[in-house]
Amino acid sequence: MKGRRVVVTGLGMVSPVGLTVAQTWENILAGKSGAAPIGNFDVSAYSTQFSASVKNFDAEPYMPAKDARKMDVFVQYGMAAGIQAFEDAGLEVTDANAPRVGCAIGSGIGGIGQIEKNTEVVRTAGPRKISPFFVPGSIINMIAGNLSVKYNLQGPNLAMVTACTSGTHNIGLGARLIAAGDADAMLVGGAEMATTPVGLGGFAAARALSTRNDNPAAASRPWDRDRDGFVLGDGAGVMMLEEYEAAKARGANIYAEITGFGMSGDAYHMTSPPEDGRGAAASMRNAINDAQLDVSELHYINAHGTSTNAGDVAETRAVKSVMGSAAEGVAVSSTKSMIGHLLGAAGAVEAIFSVLAIRDQVAPPTINLDNPEEGCDLNYVPHTAQQREIRNVLSNSFGFGGTNGSLIFRRLD
Amino acid sequence: MSSIEERVKKIVAEQLGVKEEEVQTEASFVEDLGADSLDTVELVMALEEEFETEIPDEEAEKITTVKLAIDYINDNLA
Repeated sequence: MKGRRVVVTGLGMVSPVGLTVAQTWENILAGKSGAAPIGNFDVSAYSTQFSASVKNFDAEPYMPAKDARKMDVFVQYGMAAGIQAFEDAGLEVTDANAPRVGCAIGSGIGGIGQIEKNTEVVRTAGPRKISPFFVPGSIINMIAGNLSVKYNLQGPNLAMVTACTSGTHNIGLGARLIAAGDADAMLVGGAEMATTPVGLGGFAAARALSTRNDNPAAASRPWDRDRDGFVLGDGAGVMMLEEYEAAKARGANIYAEITGFGMSGDAYHMTSPPEDGRGAAASMRNAINDAQLDVSELHYINAHGTSTNAGDVAETRAVKSVMGSAAEGVAVSSTKSMIGHLLGAAGAVEAIFSVLAIRDQVAPPTINLDNPEEGCDLNYVPHTAQQREIRNVLSNSFGFGGTNGSLIFRRLD
Repeated sequence: MSSIEERVKKIVAEQLGVKEEEVQTEASFVEDLGADSLDTVELVMALEEEFETEIPDEEAEKITTVKLAIDYINDNLA
């Protein structure tokens, strides 16, 4: 990455398998699935009746109940992850450095739950009954907004919206802003809570979701020949990025350096990738060039790997085209096999897994990969985590609209 | 059945996330109870719901204290 060096100094997460980074990571390494039947609304008319939702979340440790009431659940998840990351980083924000600390936290869908609720209010009780908190509680940049108020973060305040690549793009953009000198520290990531009657119905209508209702835990099975779509997931991931010299000077705990960010557009179709995965390959190649990395030094890829028919094969082709013979040595896994697809939060939680893979020198597994699809012959880390040397990691995200993003993290020696 | 004063104070406490004993009759929503402009809009909506009435916007803007809310309900509720 051109310009100043950027490092990761704080992590925060709310996921389908844990309410913190530590709890989630433990379950990920153990190969536990977070998919389960949906119980909070009637799904009897839906083709898909399960999701990978967050369990037992309580907003109370993060905000008073009075404030939680005013925010869509995706904002609450984002705030929780943001607060965890901020506290983990231990960065002191003062009047002097506040204008140099910012936020870039997005979402793919935003406050669809609040939109549904208030649409019902208009229909049944009229427009005067719409809550004054409906708009500020449901628009996508409100995690960045609320965190800035809470911690006095007066630097760039942003929320990139690029479907399932939102989390990755916000992290990459935040890193670029620090590298270029627009900010010295940024809280970056994404959040999502679209498992609502309309959200679930919309993705089901697009024929994007697995319908394996009799066994939700086996539904997300990237690269397996019996895969039949992705599993809708909810949650949030936020990381603190800081300029390297400043982080080192204050004695921050540095998880990894972010060395590469690549982007591309498929220019092909609204929801399907080109078969050869050329858009994905371009994104990865741009990140690798940005990091000035020799592909033989890339040890782990946290794949987009959603468990859809076309996507998994296209990504495998992209990895092979970018890495050539080095593809035989790289570990490629999809943590979506356990937590489902968190849409605009996916890239953020997966970037955190990538950083933890570097910290712990372990590649998390792809569960449910029993019979690999023809042509899918990489080391997908099936079933169990693999302890191995991991110095450089690449994390991929691809979204509806043909929007791609890749991040590269490097171990600091 | 609780008095109008009790019902108003209970709603103010719920809406603004404060304890009922903090809701003094003379308290101002913004200055004493930490409300912002959106909180006061929602508070008036909650009062409308509780007392099954409609408070016109120009009247709602004048309701800035617990006492003014109680007085409005007393004056306008048959």
